[in-house]
Amino acid sequence: MLSSQIKSNEIVFGSCNKDLLEEIIFYGIGLGAEFVEIFIENTDNSSVLAEEDFITSVSPSFGRGAGIRIFKGKKDGFVSTNDLTKHGLMRSVSQAIEMLDITDNKREVFNGLNKHRDYSLPKKKWINEVPSIHEISEKLLVSTKSLKKNNKIITRKGSYSRNLQEVIIASSDGTYVSDIRLHQTVGLNVIASDAQYRSSGSRRFGSSGMPNEFRLWDHEKAANDVFESSMNMLYADYVDAGQMPVVLANKFGGVIFHEACGHLLETTQIERGTTPFENKLNEKIAHESVTAIDEGISKGSFGSLSVDDEGMEPEKSVLIKDGILKKFISDRAGELRTGHKRTGSGRRQNYSFAAASRMRNTYIAKGEHSKEDLINSISDGLYCKSMGGGSVGATGQFNFAVEEGYLIKNGKLTNPVKGATLIGEAKEVMPKISMCGNDLELAPGFCGSISGSVNVTVGQPHIKVDSITVGGR
Amino acid sequence: MNSKEITIQISQAADSLNLKKWDYGASFSNDYSVQVDKGEAKQLKASQKQILTIRVWNESNIVGITTTSDISESGIKKALNQANIASDFGNKNERTEFSPLAKDPIEVKDSKERNPVGIKKLLTLLRQAEVKLLESHESIKSVPYNGLSESFYERVYANSDGAFRSYTKSQAALYLYARAEEKNKKPRSSGSVKLGYGVEDIDIESCIKDASNKTISHLNYSSIKTDKYLICFSPESFLTIINAFSSMFNARSILDGVSLSNKNSIGEKLSTEALNIYDDGLHEKNISSSPFDGEGTPTKRLCLINKGRLENFIHSESTARIFKTIPTGHAGLGSKVSVSPDWIVVEKSEENSDLKTSLDHSTYEGEFVYIEELNAIHAGVRASQGSFSLPFDGWLYKNGKKISIESATVAGDIKYLLKNIVNIESNQEVTTSGISPHIWVDELSITGDA
Repeated sequence: MLSSQIKSNEIVFGSCNKDLLEEIIFYGIGLGAEFVEIFIENTDNSSVLAEEDFITSVSPSFGRGAGIRIFKGKKDGFVSTNDLTKHGLMRSVSQAIEMLDITDNKREVFNGLNKHRDYSLPKKKWINEVPSIHEISEKLLVSTKSLKKNNKIITRKGSYSRNLQEVIIASSDGTYVSDIRLHQTVGLNVIASDAQYRSSGSRRFGSSGMPNEFRLWDHEKAANDVFESSMNMLYADYVDAGQMPVVLANKFGGVIFHEACGHLLETTQIERGTTPFENKLNEKIAHESVTAIDEGISKGSFGSLSVDDEGMEPEKSVLIKDGILKKFISDRAGELRTGHKRTGSGRRQNYSFAAASRMRNTYIAKGEHSKEDLINSISDGLYCKSMGGGSVGATGQFNFAVEEGYLIKNGKLTNPVKGATLIGEAKEVMPKISMCGNDLELAPGFCGSISGSVNVTVGQPHIKVDSITVGGR
Repeated sequence: MNSKEITIQISQAADSLNLKKWDYGASFSNDYSVQVDKGEAKQLKASQKQILTIRVWNESNIVGITTTSDISESGIKKALNQANIASDFGNKNERTEFSPLAKDPIEVKDSKERNPVGIKKLLTLLRQAEVKLLESHESIKSVPYNGLSESFYERVYANSDGAFRSYTKSQAALYLYARAEEKNKKPRSSGSVKLGYGVEDIDIESCIKDASNKTISHLNYSSIKTDKYLICFSPESFLTIINAFSSMFNARSILDGVSLSNKNSIGEKLSTEALNIYDDGLHEKNISSSPFDGEGTPTKRLCLINKGRLENFIHSESTARIFKTIPTGHAGLGSKVSVSPDWIVVEKSEENSDLKTSLDHSTYEGEFVYIEELNAIHAGVRASQGSFSLPFDGWLYKNGKKISIESATVAGDIKYLLKNIVNIESNQEVTTSGISPHIWVDELSITGDA
């Protein structure tokens, strides 16, 4: 995989590039940069789409490029290019230096790159271990066939994508790292229809660094789950809008924390002055039942990394402990501009984005209650079994769609309801998470933000929010 | 390599691999952008990017595709090889061909291509804009989201049948998103975006003024009671909702079973007779116009809704063949070719006698909700079901006063919305995604927390 012809004066994946990288960093430092970072990637991706009983799309792609970042004081210049020759990389360094208008003669010291930390060695075989297009196609077709359970299902889709990214990271603090990342994701979608009624159902599964995971995926279980969800929602009434208590299911229910609070704990938000939690370290920002964690180390989880995109190993960051804010998620620029120590969270979609502080596997820790305890405690509310996407605005206001919801009446689940949107503001909702279940589970997702779309997991046990605005009709 | 050389390179590589039928789309771009933070440069960016998408037809005339950023000789050969391998898995039930219009003449407007002003000039202009915006009102404390960028790009389409077309363009964008804070009140934010062919075409002063006025207008806010309201959609918000449900006009979505329309929907009455909607990618106000689509089909103006009735669908080559019509210039280039609208134009038709023309957002004194901007479209729209539930920025007009609405959503059904249009104002406004007048809709649900 990812091997290129060996050429002089060009980055070659799988070879030692130390001399060339040092030369480029020396060049940047010599021109007056205070810090030089080089991120180089080579990608080999595939995606497959099955619709009904046919493969309708197979899309391989491959590419390579470099992102060069120069810091001077607290500002940075970032240049991306597809040209991995020495000339191309030096030209990018010059461009970044010129953009920053660096003209002074002060020179930083660069002592050369440290010993190569090569995380890629045990991963080089992955490309030969991932399923072939043929194998993927076969399984996707079986999966979409499994969705054909009655004549109300009018659309069936199965999709798979695999991203293999080889990276080299070098910087003037001596960092010299190589890694290979593998992400696989598979999803099923249906649309059900009966007369004027329509519903949809979807589930997505994903893993990192596990070439065999797709083979182990239980497509029958997934198909049953998606089918049941769409059938349950087919004749659902629209939810009545209003303020009410809600129980959010585990797994992807964690998107509420991700959107409502997680983003506000990224140092990019402190830099912008857009988080209400900026000066709240060691203060209570959530109900004492809430402990929240962001980490990049859970084996196989979609947001796990051996090393972040700035060459730092990810740490397990306890963001909130028993309702008290303990830590922010930080990258290099975040540390420089806000003083919060890096957490191994510098992430980017690809070489064309500068890294930024981003979540990895982010979840609310498990509590002591059963799911039934939470539902039984509500006389009139909403159970959000499956969540759609969401977003957070510039003033911390968030919203996200409920894909599958049920009314709670007198402590029991009753009718399915559709069209619900949960709306709120982090600092108002976090103190209202009054009960956490004992059934923590994680779910994969994609998070779009300043440095592009990155793989993450969200997660939580079942949680109860005492009161939240539910948008409906 | 320039685009002609790349075409020759692909042709020669295809010959050497015995691949007779191929096409490709490519994009080459140079982008520059700046961000500032209280007068200081924060991040300055430049990128050179090249993307090449190659399709190859195998001996059974099944298509395969590959995308790459590597346009070296070896990269192109590898891409052709991978596309050829992918063609073994191509869709045998829906064939893809070259567009029959890929060699038709294209309408190339005056490109109005500008020269780069350079990072330093971008930085100076953005710094000045930030200062002016901060000085425009004492409550505006920061401009957390801001940027000024300029892009220069070339797009190309060519195929083994001799089609070759390309164009070059420049585009600049300024966005300013301000944050206002007042004691004992929640922070409020709003902003403005302006586009131009080059930085010199952007009306920076008006962007500052818009961002300031919008932000300040939200300082006095109140929650709204959950109920049904008379709604006035701003041009921008109405275009947002039309674009979100554009699968109604989309032949690809119809074939995929994710549209509210079906093959026989042409002629169906969707709205008041007063409503016309066009897709007009070549409109003179469309800064991002492209003279051809991903399959090389010329872009053209197409009527989607005529006097309230569905008039046309948008097509790619393959959907047009299935619908027994011609491609409309709305295709992407992919393994499964996508179809999407370019630039929506909404206008009042001649059949407008049933409109309540007294409803004018600048003079009407009754109670109504003005929706300035809809948010979180990806989360709150169920296009295949026709429903939406979306947070918005806007105001409640009541007793001759307006007050910003805090934390509310508007929910409904697109067919209900279109059928309940009660007025289409006369003046159209240009936005970044199309042109529309203000549109009034009766009886939509708003959820607030009052």
